[in-house]
Order: sequence, then C-alpha cells, then structure tokens
Amino acid sequence: MDSLPALDADASSEAFSGSAAADAPTFLDRLFDAGLLVRTGVDGLYGRSGAFESVVEALDRLVSRLGAEDGAEVMRFPPGMSRPAFERSGYLKGFPHLAGTVHSFCGNEADHARLLACVEAGKDWTDKQAATDIVLTPAACYPLYPTAAARGPLPQNGLLFDLQSYCFRHEPSLEPTRMQMFRMREYVRMGSPDEVLAFREVWLDRGTKMMAGLGLPLAVDLANDPFFGRAGKMLANNQRNQNLKFELNVPVNSVEKPTACLSFNYHQDHFGTTWGLTQADGSVAHTACVGFGLERITLALLRHHGLDLAAWPAEVRATLWG
Amino acid sequence: MVSDEVIRDILRQNEAMSPIVDRLGEDDDLFEKGLDSFGSVQLMLALEERFEVEFPDTLLNRRSFSTIRIIRETVAKLSLGAAA
Repeated sequence: MDSLPALDADASSEAFSGSAAADAPTFLDRLFDAGLLVRTGVDGLYGRSGAFESVVEALDRLVSRLGAEDGAEVMRFPPGMSRPAFERSGYLKGFPHLAGTVHSFCGNEADHARLLACVEAGKDWTDKQAATDIVLTPAACYPLYPTAAARGPLPQNGLLFDLQSYCFRHEPSLEPTRMQMFRMREYVRMGSPDEVLAFREVWLDRGTKMMAGLGLPLAVDLANDPFFGRAGKMLANNQRNQNLKFELNVPVNSVEKPTACLSFNYHQDHFGTTWGLTQADGSVAHTACVGFGLERITLALLRHHGLDLAAWPAEVRATLWG
Repeated sequence: MVSDEVIRDILRQNEAMSPIVDRLGEDDDLFEKGLDSFGSVQLMLALEERFEVEFPDTLLNRRSFSTIRIIRETVAKLSLGAAA
C-alpha cells in the first residue's frame, strides 16, 4: 500500500490511511498518467519519457563526476552476454528464477507454417524456439569478469572499471521500482581484499553523500541478494553474516519496505576463482562493486520531489543539471 | 546413527574437500579449509537426503556446517526430532 506522505502537489488526492487509500491512484498509476512511464502491457516493462530519461542521464553524469578522479576504465556491453560465460558465472546457482535467456526460431519451413498456425489459434508457438548463445545480462558487471580475466593477471594495485547496462530480471511486479528491464551503473574494483574493501568504503561514503545531496531520506543497511529457494536462505544468511552486501535504501513505494537504490558488494574471491582472475603476485583476485539503480534513484526523486521536474528544489536541480 | 564416516563420504563429493577429507580433524573449520557458500548448500542438501532430516531456517547458516563435529551433533539432534 502507498503509505508515504504526499510530498508533491499533484499527490494531494492520495489518502494514505483508511479505506480511501484503496481507491487512490498508486505511484505507478501517477507515473503513467503523467507520461513519465509508458505502459507496454507487461508489468515491470515500461517505456520512459524524455523527462524521465533526462533524470537518468543526469544521474549517470553525476556518478561519473563522483568517480572521475579514480580513473576507471570505461566499458559498455550490450544488454546480452555470452551464454557459456553466463553458465560459468554461477548465476544459475543462486538465481535461476531471475534469469532470462534469448531463444530464437530454429525450425524449417514446415515448422514455420505450424508456428504461424499456432499463433493464429492462440496456442503455444514456442516448440521450435531454441536457446541462442545469448543470455540477458543480469547485472552490469557479469560480462566484465571473463573479459578482465582474459587479459591475464591484474597489474600491481589491481583494476577499476566503469560499467552501465540495461539488465534483466524476471520478477514481474506492480511496484514501479521493480522493473524487469532497467539500467545499472557500476564501478567494479579488482585486486587484493584490502584494496577492494577500501574501494567499497569509499563508495559507501560517496554514495550516501550523493543521495543525501539529492534531498532523499535514506538508510544504509546490511542486505542479502534474493537467492532462490531454501538453499537460498542459507546463501542469504551466509552473505549477511559476513557483511558482504550493503544497500542504500530510500522509501519509495512505502516506508515499511524501502527501495534499494545503491548496493555495495564484496564478492570475496567468488569471481576471481570462477574466472581464474589473479593478482599480480599470482594469488586469486578479490572483487567488489558499487551499483546504482538508475531508474530506482529517478523514481525516488520523483516520489520525494514531485512529478514536475521544474518544481524540484533548486539545489537538487543544480546538482543534476548544474 | 550419524557417523563421522558418512559425513566424510558426503564431504568427499565436494571438489575442495575431496582431496583433504581424510586428514580433516573433527573440529577443523571446513570454510577455512576451502568449503565455499554454495558448497555448504550442497552439503546441507546431501545431509538432508542421506539422514532424512530437514534443517530449520534457524540452522541455515555457516556455523551449522562449519565442522564435522557440529554437523554430526546437529544432524543427530534433528534425527531425534524427526523420530519423536
């Protein structure tokens, strides 16, 4: 239920308690009505307006400015990655339910005729669809690790990368913050445990200041990934017990269940071992990343400063568009 | 009956544990010896299948699978519960 206070004028009709709340337009409805998001008929799959994109792009630039002094190597991958690399990454161990694979028609002409007949009759037409070599990217950094490992051992002091990609996660939802296709900006550090943990500390500080500077209420909390099944509970408990993941949360859909807008992750030697990624001295590399959910931060700004960008606080506009 | 030998047999299925399983003391920390998070999940599932028990959520953590002794004692308690 929408339980945040109405912070913008056009939300004044929203009632946040009692029976009236059930009839009030949801935040998602208001985003559609304002034209900021565009319906596609699929929950979690939306078009974006120019105004929405102007915020995403400003955030992307802001993140670039904050990390500029570090000299990260910029790399951009398309939103699909190699299936063999995806299989080796271990993603299916923890998140089989979120993965998206690209399938294509691999039949003959007779199969084509049957396919069209099935489509016409409203029946399942996917019989001759076969998995291609492409899997939808689940997180911006997944295509990076095999690429970095292929270069050989890390140089002294490790490496730092700057990534951004559309990502896919199969989790249809009516919460606008839980999109199935969304953009993730990341910095990824590879090196010794001390180096990557220091990187994470720096970004915990920078990320918190960035979001506070955008006028957003926030809390940084210990977190875990949404691992699948009972085994996933164990993985999640392990992750928490080892302080491997922190999230910067902002109330967007509700105060009770705030939205993770940034995450700060220490992978230990998981990707180093998986990909044979080594430090200069030959020992296995450790990795860490900071991720920015660009749509989620945009939605947080819209939630707290209103749907009219021109009416946002001057200091927020200055930070974004200077 | 939860014997060390059966637990070692299960540990032997893990790539990191296999070469060292016979040298493991019953209080050696399996994670320090190379067991990773996903390995501990596979260990949990194998123990559940072999001993016909189910680890409750409260025991789904690294400590429950950290040494052969703790595994033996935990599974023994769960077996008693299952038999009761």
